Amino acid sequence: MQSEKQSGSLTRQILQSISEASLVPFLAILTAVIVGGIVILFVGGDPILAYRGLLQGSFGSTKALSETAIWATPYIFAGLAVALAFKGGLFNIGAEGQLAVGAVVSALIGYALPEWLGFDVPAIIHLPLVVVFGVIMGGVWAGIVGALKAYTGGHEVINTIMMNYIALNTTSFLLNGVMKDRSPTNVIARTPLIADSARIPPIFEGLRVHWGFVLALLTAFFIWWLLTKTTLGFQIRTVGLNPDAAKYAGINVKRIVILTMALSGMLAGLAGVIEVSGLNYRHELGFSIGYGYDAIAIALLGKSHPLGVVLAAILFAAMRNGATRMQFLTQMPVDLISMLQAFILLFVAADAIIRYIYRIKSKGERVVLTRGWGG
Amino acid sequence: MDWKRFGFIALVVIVLFSAVVMIGQVKQPPLLIVTSMLATTIAVATPLTLGALSGVYCERAGVVNIGIEGMMLSSAFFGWLGSIYMFHIFKMSAGLSIALGVFFAILTGLLMALLHAVLSITFKVDQIIGGTVINILAVGLTGFLNRQLFFGKESVFGGSVPSSPGVLPTIHIPLTEIVGPICGASASCLENLTAINRVFDQKPIAMGAVLLVFFSHFLLFNTRWGLRTRAVGEHPKAADTVGISVTKMRYANVLIGGMFAGLAGAYFTIESVPSFEPLLTNGRGFISLAAMIFGNWTPIGAWAAALVFGASQAMLINMQIFRDVIPPQWAFLQESYIVGLTPYILTMFILTGIIGRTTPPAADGVPYEK
Repeated sequence: MQSEKQSGSLTRQILQSISEASLVPFLAILTAVIVGGIVILFVGGDPILAYRGLLQGSFGSTKALSETAIWATPYIFAGLAVALAFKGGLFNIGAEGQLAVGAVVSALIGYALPEWLGFDVPAIIHLPLVVVFGVIMGGVWAGIVGALKAYTGGHEVINTIMMNYIALNTTSFLLNGVMKDRSPTNVIARTPLIADSARIPPIFEGLRVHWGFVLALLTAFFIWWLLTKTTLGFQIRTVGLNPDAAKYAGINVKRIVILTMALSGMLAGLAGVIEVSGLNYRHELGFSIGYGYDAIAIALLGKSHPLGVVLAAILFAAMRNGATRMQFLTQMPVDLISMLQAFILLFVAADAIIRYIYRIKSKGERVVLTRGWGG
Repeated sequence: MDWKRFGFIALVVIVLFSAVVMIGQVKQPPLLIVTSMLATTIAVATPLTLGALSGVYCERAGVVNIGIEGMMLSSAFFGWLGSIYMFHIFKMSAGLSIALGVFFAILTGLLMALLHAVLSITFKVDQIIGGTVINILAVGLTGFLNRQLFFGKESVFGGSVPSSPGVLPTIHIPLTEIVGPICGASASCLENLTAINRVFDQKPIAMGAVLLVFFSHFLLFNTRWGLRTRAVGEHPKAADTVGISVTKMRYANVLIGGMFAGLAGAYFTIESVPSFEPLLTNGRGFISLAAMIFGNWTPIGAWAAALVFGASQAMLINMQIFRDVIPPQWAFLQESYIVGLTPYILTMFILTGIIGRTTPPAADGVPYEK
């Protein structure tokens, strides 16, 4: 894009490059909305009313905006996790599991640390500990897969999925056993509430949106800085584009693969931590179902660029959040959103279809996202 | 399949079986435990076997298919939906409804595979992304329709899950009747024979899967079709120059693979249990891929690997039966969540290549550019 001769000012160039980059995602969303509308018609609903409900529920009021931001927070972290792995040539389908183990560990530190020590821990120490341990756990969970990839060639796609199931089984085991909330009224698999000192405070009085959202935006900026302005980021991108070239350029490919995977897992773990510490104040089995796949869709929709990920995460959050209002207005089940998101992903991933439908010329650049089994 | 790998498979199966026999022998004679566990192993390995075969067809032709999970899930749903639709709305007999259910499942697998083929062969989308799209689409589509059709008040089923026409019947192989006479008057001999007979009494899809393993082996390695399939998967350019249409061969094999995945889906809702719940495939599609890789992209190897996973699942089921006689020092075996980890850890272990490296078809995952 830089090579194109432009007579306009720099701002105009930037605007043009943004509009070019977002044209296909925008058309993909539009097409998905149309196809989704047809499905709604097909099952006997009113698409216009459904989509109006979706918009009202997500952006219609201060409270709706606050709730959308709450949904967006874990999406941004998990989307960044997948996007970062894509940049390093790795496909992390395991955000779900990394998120779950991060959440479990942070919940454990959150409720049990004061018990273990025997006194109330001040928030200034407790909260960072909750975050750090959750993040480390997510990093370790994904780092294992990275190490298997680097040293044995075990493919990360299958291994991250296996780690998802291992995480799911292990958390079920813990949440039904030693970590179960022992209060007499509780019958479900969840941990006790975390201490006040382990909670992230809300930004505004009376609204649920918490500082985790701000942290998510800052993290997106940090990842952008890491990828574009640092040596490590350069190494990650080089390994992602061409591991052989990276090797001959003197980059320790094995180290970068493990590090990329671990960083990705840390971001996903952070998503889990924030949900526990900022919103639910406990970990409950099954709250994270589907985050991992949504994160893939978000990363692809955002073209693995941190800013794109933030925008895509807000879009997905708005759909999830608005779904309740849509269901209230039209009796369309909330699951419609999953299908709509699948269509968006389909048209974004297969941008060739969109280019074909709308007759947009391809620039001939093909981004390599994953490689076959060989790695 | 080399001996090292085969030995590993035999070892794991023996370990899993002996663990159950050791615990269960206070309750049942070992032969009965072994045969019933063998029968369970073959039955629960069915979707894995079919899934792995699906992968073998696709990947031998050079198309990576990680969408098998999604294909299975959607086939399980639409096959089941088809069977109850025929049964309740069109008032067909239970037998015919079930048979048509299997047909719809295979058709769904075929259509999902068509989507994968269009994405990965025609539009040259990254094949792993294409497969992920199928997985996510399947979760969304089945979740939405499941809720809409069975919990929505205006749906044809009136807001409740209707009764299902049932499942496929077990086919009895008359082994006892044929071999029985050699036992003479010995009652224990006849008893043992009945126990062994149980291994062979399987349901149609389970039996079909085993036959399809050998059929696929023959097709891939002993026919012209198979040679062409392997050619477009190994060296599409060379295949193209001798006049084989790479696109056609790849399309055909991906569609065949889809039908296998569809049959695997039918196993869940039409052969195993007559009900559907969201996400019921539970990673089986991905485990089949691991079986395919461990079987080195051969049908028989993939089947052997699928049996290992089947055995670990059979162990989990049997541990529940013998729950009350598990000795205290083995108490962790009571925890289904922990025992349930076996197939997943086994998969990761196998993928490390410690048991011998595997080689995928050379052009696997690479779109063909003329």
